[in-house]
Amino acid sequence: MELFLQSIINSFIQGGFFALWAVGLVLVFGVMGVVNFAHGELVMVGAYTIWLLHSQYGMGYIPALGMAILLVLLIGLFMERFLFRPKREDPLGGLINSIGVLFILQVAALIVGGTGPAKQVAPPFSGTLIIEEIVRVPYQRLFSIAVCIAALSLLWFFLTKTKLGWSLRAVALDREAAALQGININRTSMIAIGVSGALAGLAGALMAPISNIYPHMGHNVIITAFIVTIVGGIGSLPGAVFASVLYAFLHTFITAYFSGTIATMSGLLIMVLVLIVKPTGIMGRRISE
Amino acid sequence: MSKAGILQIAGILVLLLALLVLPNYLKYHHQDFMIFLFINILVVVSYRLMTLTGEWSLIHIVMMGVGAYTSALLSKNLGFPVWVSMPMAGVSAGLMAALLCFPLFRMTQFYFLIGSFAVGEAIRLAWIFFVYPFGGSSGVSSIPPPELLGIDFMEPIPYFYLVLSVVTICLVILYRVENSRFGLTLHAVHWKASLAESVGVNTWKYRSLAFIVASLFVGIAGALKIHYLGNVTPHQFGVGTMVFVLIWVIVGGYNTFFGPILGAIVLSVLDESLRDLEEFRPAIYGVILIAAIMFMPKGLESVPSGIRQWFSQRKSPG
Repeated sequence: MELFLQSIINSFIQGGFFALWAVGLVLVFGVMGVVNFAHGELVMVGAYTIWLLHSQYGMGYIPALGMAILLVLLIGLFMERFLFRPKREDPLGGLINSIGVLFILQVAALIVGGTGPAKQVAPPFSGTLIIEEIVRVPYQRLFSIAVCIAALSLLWFFLTKTKLGWSLRAVALDREAAALQGININRTSMIAIGVSGALAGLAGALMAPISNIYPHMGHNVIITAFIVTIVGGIGSLPGAVFASVLYAFLHTFITAYFSGTIATMSGLLIMVLVLIVKPTGIMGRRISE
Repeated sequence: MSKAGILQIAGILVLLLALLVLPNYLKYHHQDFMIFLFINILVVVSYRLMTLTGEWSLIHIVMMGVGAYTSALLSKNLGFPVWVSMPMAGVSAGLMAALLCFPLFRMTQFYFLIGSFAVGEAIRLAWIFFVYPFGGSSGVSSIPPPELLGIDFMEPIPYFYLVLSVVTICLVILYRVENSRFGLTLHAVHWKASLAESVGVNTWKYRSLAFIVASLFVGIAGALKIHYLGNVTPHQFGVGTMVFVLIWVIVGGYNTFFGPILGAIVLSVLDESLRDLEEFRPAIYGVILIAAIMFMPKGLESVPSGIRQWFSQRKSPG
């Protein structure tokens, strides 16, 4: 019973992270048509920024978090301007460029952090919330899930209530028609990758105190983000969030009762199943050719 | 036969002769390097057969692993001679590909890329998870080398000759396949899928066949690799390795048969000369990859014709 309740709480927290990873990937794919393989590395850069500024140089956690968001956002803007924009008509080219960035960022992390064991950051919010001696939630995790929910709500507000958000959705629906309506595609793409980068930086910064930090940590992020994106329906943000929570439950429970390898394996197989049976995902729309 | 054709064959024969003598003048680790280079050439050329249909998969290296594991387990646990287990490696990779056709080729383009990645990763996780017979994450070790007339195949030079002959035979077959009616149909499936369908070509069947043939050859490459290394681990066939194959093919250029070979050779030699930089190597690869995509989208193979064009433009202005 204890394990069961604890797993439910963990699933929600995990789901928040999954959603934060996936939403950025979906946004870039939807608006720019690029599969950003370096998305996991953007999260990794966010985590490394916290390690460097907060743990090594003693900057406060919140300002360091802000710096992480800013840094990853700038990397994102750079990628769009110099790597994705020239290759807009060639999706394979954009994808390959993002793989190049992936390698470069991994080595950059290695230079900054050096080799050796994975880095760890002491949680700035110590202490644990204990309910009835059954469920334990560290305050750090509570803080993370609160920020996740706030960030996703803010994104939802931005996309549905503001004019800029509308233009993003218009470009995702039909780029040419949006351009004909006078929407600036270049500016919209910059906003999309900016938001995506900021979310990746935020996710990395939130993860830093509760997970191991190492140059290849992005691998897990990108696999999860792919599974969630495809199960939720490519290009569907609500689908991605919904699928994140579902997958987090599946992953947490299988890990708790069987093993982590089986959990990832079943996630991958579910993704293939969705691709075969309903390629539009659980909440996606059909795109006509 | 035309004069150009004879010249080409003569050129290839000279090259082969040079390769026969070369290893005797190399240092030990350069001999090693040559063995892996030739295995990688087989990997990229078989991958190109797959890309002829316009589908880019991320499962190719995992199929290499299927072959490698088959050959390792057959020769070590069941006592098959390597001369039997090596072809069986190709057959099993081909069979695995035939099974995977049904789910995989319901997808195309981006979906296929991601789907093939997911299936491949699931197979790789299975190797890690099932400790019997796959040995978990430490894999299978002390795999026996081939035996023939008392030749010591633990030494690099005899093994190099083995690799050279197997790879050359495979390349000749793959070249013939590409220029056969079958290969031409693959081109048609890529560039004019609906037109090909309208004249009665079953595009699903041709995509599947290309995948099966490519897997068969890469399975053999896998067996060649692990009988030299003596061990096989799931880590050798991760998506990181697959990315290197993609880089070789893209930097070399995938429009001709020789482009991927050129890419594999040039980048491997470069990689070898950067040996001292160790952990920085991926970043250098990343820069090369981006530079290739931005400035040379048709790959290294397009450089000679590009230069020729540049000169002829200079000669005749306007």
